[in-house]
Amino acid sequence: MSILLDRNTRVIVQGITGRMARFHTKDMLENGTNVVGGVVPGKGGETVEGVPVFDTVKQAVEATGADASLVFVPPPFAADSIMEAADAGIRYCVCITDGIPAQDMIRVKRYMYRYPKDKRMVLTGPNCAGTISPGKALLGIMPGHIYLPGNVGIIGRSGTLGYEAAAQLKERGIGVSTSVGIGGDPINGSSFRDILERFEWDEDTEVIAMIGEIGGPQEAEAAEYIRDHISKPVIAYVAGLTAPKGRTMGHAGAIISAFGESASEKVEILSAAGVTVAENPAVIGETIARVMGKAA
Amino acid sequence: MDIHEYQAKEVLSNFGVAIPSGALAYSPEQAAYRARELGGDKWIVKAQVHAGGRGKAGGVKLCDSENEIHAACDEMFGRKLVTHQTGPEGKGIYRVYVESAVPIDREIYLGFVLDRSSQRVMIVASSEGGMEIEEISAERPDSIVRSIVEPAVGLQEFQAREIAFNLGLEPRLIQQMVRTLQGCYAAFSELDATMVEINPLVITGDDRVLALDAKMSFDDNALFRHPQIAELRDKSQEDPRESRAADRGLSYVGLEGNIGCIVNGAGLAMATMDTIKLAGGEPANFLDIGGGASPERVAKAFRLVLSDNNVQAVLVNIFAGINRCDWVAEGVVQALRELEIDIPVIVRLAGTNVEEGQKILAKSGLPIIRATTLMEAAERAVGAWQNDLTQNTKMRAV
Repeated sequence: MSILLDRNTRVIVQGITGRMARFHTKDMLENGTNVVGGVVPGKGGETVEGVPVFDTVKQAVEATGADASLVFVPPPFAADSIMEAADAGIRYCVCITDGIPAQDMIRVKRYMYRYPKDKRMVLTGPNCAGTISPGKALLGIMPGHIYLPGNVGIIGRSGTLGYEAAAQLKERGIGVSTSVGIGGDPINGSSFRDILERFEWDEDTEVIAMIGEIGGPQEAEAAEYIRDHISKPVIAYVAGLTAPKGRTMGHAGAIISAFGESASEKVEILSAAGVTVAENPAVIGETIARVMGKAA
Repeated sequence: MDIHEYQAKEVLSNFGVAIPSGALAYSPEQAAYRARELGGDKWIVKAQVHAGGRGKAGGVKLCDSENEIHAACDEMFGRKLVTHQTGPEGKGIYRVYVESAVPIDREIYLGFVLDRSSQRVMIVASSEGGMEIEEISAERPDSIVRSIVEPAVGLQEFQAREIAFNLGLEPRLIQQMVRTLQGCYAAFSELDATMVEINPLVITGDDRVLALDAKMSFDDNALFRHPQIAELRDKSQEDPRESRAADRGLSYVGLEGNIGCIVNGAGLAMATMDTIKLAGGEPANFLDIGGGASPERVAKAFRLVLSDNNVQAVLVNIFAGINRCDWVAEGVVQALRELEIDIPVIVRLAGTNVEEGQKILAKSGLPIIRATTLMEAAERAVGAWQNDLTQNTKMRAV
């Protein structure tokens, strides 16, 4: 049993009729994901890639028993779609959309807390590549073929840098239990800490790799949590050693604005918490292999 | 997006925040004329640039005659103001704000930020206004008052009162302070700001609470719903390369080094810069061309990177996930042919169809330096740049 999703997860795609969403719906189906429907207001009754489209998330859930959702809705409307999923009883939602206003995300998070913890939706992203449990299911836009099934749990803020790490692992014959993109936005659904907790309880995961970057407090908060609560080995890499202070580096959340938010400070904080830090992005795979006791 | 002080003051005053009377000028003559319109006998002339630390850099002058105003402006206009926030190149002064001087009793620091820990809006205030918040945190951390706003109901009056009393304000000033705090919060939330800073907020000799300086930044992702704010953009305050990149949908940050970078994905772009540094070089820029990496985007990216005259080698690092490497390779070849680039170009492709991509690069007959891993790419880029540099120096010597 992997974290967040598996072969039985019933997935709907919100915004399924868009060009990108169609493409990735097909790709997810090819990767074994159980995509059962899509939602686009006003397009109920159509089909995309053989799956039915509904007008509302509630209708989709009622008709298909969907428990997970992938949001591909454009930025001005994405927050509304996430709240619709939360209200319809979706258990796990991944939001791919890049460019959602930060205050919309503050409202989304506040809205999600209306529900008691056992009924509260889990959100990862926005502005992420999604989540994959190789060989089981893919809820996102990552290329499935760069991952082998295995025992490394990956949590990352960046898409392509996560691919880089997965490819370095595959090269060494090392596989991944689940890879979770938490996204590059300042206000996000789940933090490193939230996903670390899940990996700690996951039987399929032996070691955890964290791929962080400059900006925000979530790496430092994770370090504290790892020190006190995580028994599995954790490897980390933090991108942006050469990033100047006060500038946004592509991701809305990748900006050094306070003490402890630079890459070198984060590396120091993580090392002090007992995390093995990969000094540079070229040795992420090698470092994980070493910690797992495999030849580099 | 940042705006000027005078713009921030106008925005905040529309939300009930009190400001001193002032007027904008585009020339020394206009500034002197504006001062006469404002009346009084003491004015502050403030250079309008998107940076803090203007006072220490000579961008703020106290004047007590129209002649002095004219002279102060004459010195400011057209000049680049270099403060600790602008970098060595500075920011051009094309507008000044003339403000009536007010008698100051106390200076307070007031800031509204998106707090990423609580994932809410946080108010930061201190009785030690006038200093920068970093200095206050270091020297007088005990003076800082913080309060987090519950997004469903907004800033409550009791919270504003608490802040006011914690700053040690006299009871007769509390109501004005509450109005100021609520005005700032309303502006912040209604206009999708990411930062509001009033430093200093002053208590005048005649018991008024006034925003003497003001800074606001806005969420670029929310500008679509605030056209009146988007109009306040001043391109003269931006790095021209960065504005051009933004207009083309690319995310670019200019740096000091000489190895240009073209990468897909923000995290991988930062990681690529880090690897160049590790290999002994200095990156010239951050550039994320997005997930797509179409031939057109690659060509655009080359043009942008090469517009920086310091660039002496270009490293392209593309991890093709959904795209195929052969397609990206064709884009690179097409761009190199069109642009007739005469500096070393290093290309590292990874992901889907990488072999086909490499073949296309090899067959092109162009002097592309290929690499398979990230480290190799960085080492080759640094090596090629140093090599090129030595050769050029030799040629010059001959």
